[in-house]
Amino acid sequence: MKQLMTLLLGALVAISLSGKAQAADVMRMAVTTSFHNSGLADILLPQIAEDLDLDVQLLVVGTGQALRLGRAGDVDAILVHSRAAEEAFVAEGFGTHRREIMYNDFVFVGPDTDPAGLREASSAADALARIAAAEPAFVSRGDDSGTHKKELSLWAEAGQDAASFGRWYNAVGAGMGAALNTAAGLNAYVLSDRASWLNFGNKADLALVFAGDPVLFNQYAYLPVNPAKHAHVKHDLALKLEGWLTSDTAKGLINGYTIGGETLFVFNATPEG
Amino acid sequence: MGDLWSGLLQAFWLVITFDPELVEIAGRSLRITLTALVIASLIALPLAALLAVRRFRWRRTVIALMNALMGLPPVVVGLVVYVLLSRSGPFGVMGLLFTPTAMIIAQVIIIVPLIASIAHQSLRELWTEYHDLLISINVTQGQKIRTLLWDARRALLTATLAGFGRAIGEVGAIMIVGGNIDHATRVLTTAIALETGRGDFALALGLGFVLIALAVTVNLAIHWLGRTEREGRW
Repeated sequence: MKQLMTLLLGALVAISLSGKAQAADVMRMAVTTSFHNSGLADILLPQIAEDLDLDVQLLVVGTGQALRLGRAGDVDAILVHSRAAEEAFVAEGFGTHRREIMYNDFVFVGPDTDPAGLREASSAADALARIAAAEPAFVSRGDDSGTHKKELSLWAEAGQDAASFGRWYNAVGAGMGAALNTAAGLNAYVLSDRASWLNFGNKADLALVFAGDPVLFNQYAYLPVNPAKHAHVKHDLALKLEGWLTSDTAKGLINGYTIGGETLFVFNATPEG
Repeated sequence: MGDLWSGLLQAFWLVITFDPELVEIAGRSLRITLTALVIASLIALPLAALLAVRRFRWRRTVIALMNALMGLPPVVVGLVVYVLLSRSGPFGVMGLLFTPTAMIIAQVIIIVPLIASIAHQSLRELWTEYHDLLISINVTQGQKIRTLLWDARRALLTATLAGFGRAIGEVGAIMIVGGNIDHATRVLTTAIALETGRGDFALALGLGFVLIALAVTVNLAIHWLGRTEREGRW
């Protein structure tokens, strides 16, 4: 018995010592949960490692926290989707510039029975007006993320104040996946980006009930952290990565990425001008 | 129910096929937690022995405080370590945030009070037995501490294993200070949180079963090697 256990311990030690070889250069990038849940990162990162010999470490957080990480200098670049907050980030000098990379879109997900009638809605504002009128369970991210900010701006456009809603409005304060899990449990409506929804495994009785309004487009932008604020950030690597993300290789991979036959992202970076 | 079964099945396959990603993540979990455990024990056990043999003014306060800190919320520890290690924090220049070192620091802080409290409990009982003998043969403080630690080694093993259990299953703190970076700071618990977020409950449960199996294996292995519950009292 003792020999067996010694062997077992030995195996555990061997496992715990087996490290993985790293690429030559390492940089950190904060990305949003919605980008990471889409699965696109698993396509792009290996190619980046191969082309640039660059290991991009992803910190998956909400847009609000991603911008905070950039402000504190804890990451070298961020890839997020909340234009107003991004422009403020650059204006305050924390980012050198903002480069648009690609977009996908937000969709309304809700119970398949659709009690609020979102399938007949004519626009995103109309869809939200229907929800506010019928007061079905609704799940909000409530975490200051890009998706949450989008939702709040849509409520404002529909002439509603999210702060005044009753018990049917559930702000969960969590990532996209957790919010979708909550919505599946409550059989509630929720605003999600299309990629996270398609990749989500626990759909329960939920279905896509409204999409297609141009205001629902979701632009992703890349912002290198300003080395003037934080001397230690790897600005050269951040620029190298930006060059790759706006290249034709990236374009092919991004436009070619599909889940269940559906295209998720549209590449729209413009050549440097 | 279906999720539980497919979780078990998935765990089985992950282990049988020696899935390289699983091996990497499980290895990192073990490496970080065992390192934290060794450091925490080196701090907590002598501290517990000192509290048992030495009478000083704030002794009761320190013991009460240590007991209270057993319930230290990991997420708060994580947040404090995060703020300290952030580039804009006091220790930012060391660049430790989002590294395994940061995770080890957080785990040490979480388990030191736990190990010290449990260890102190058993050392105190032993000390009441040994007190007269050790005083009468006039040994030094250091010798008393060493005697206690050695003779109570079985009970101390329980204390360290309790610390191991808390550290290996902890997610709140290491998620914040480690950042759950693939191939760098992702461990079993944060991977479980990630897969739950993706709605892949089967894989999340599978990883969960692997984590439980790992904890049980480490405990069993240490018990067998230490020959506890076999000969005599110790």
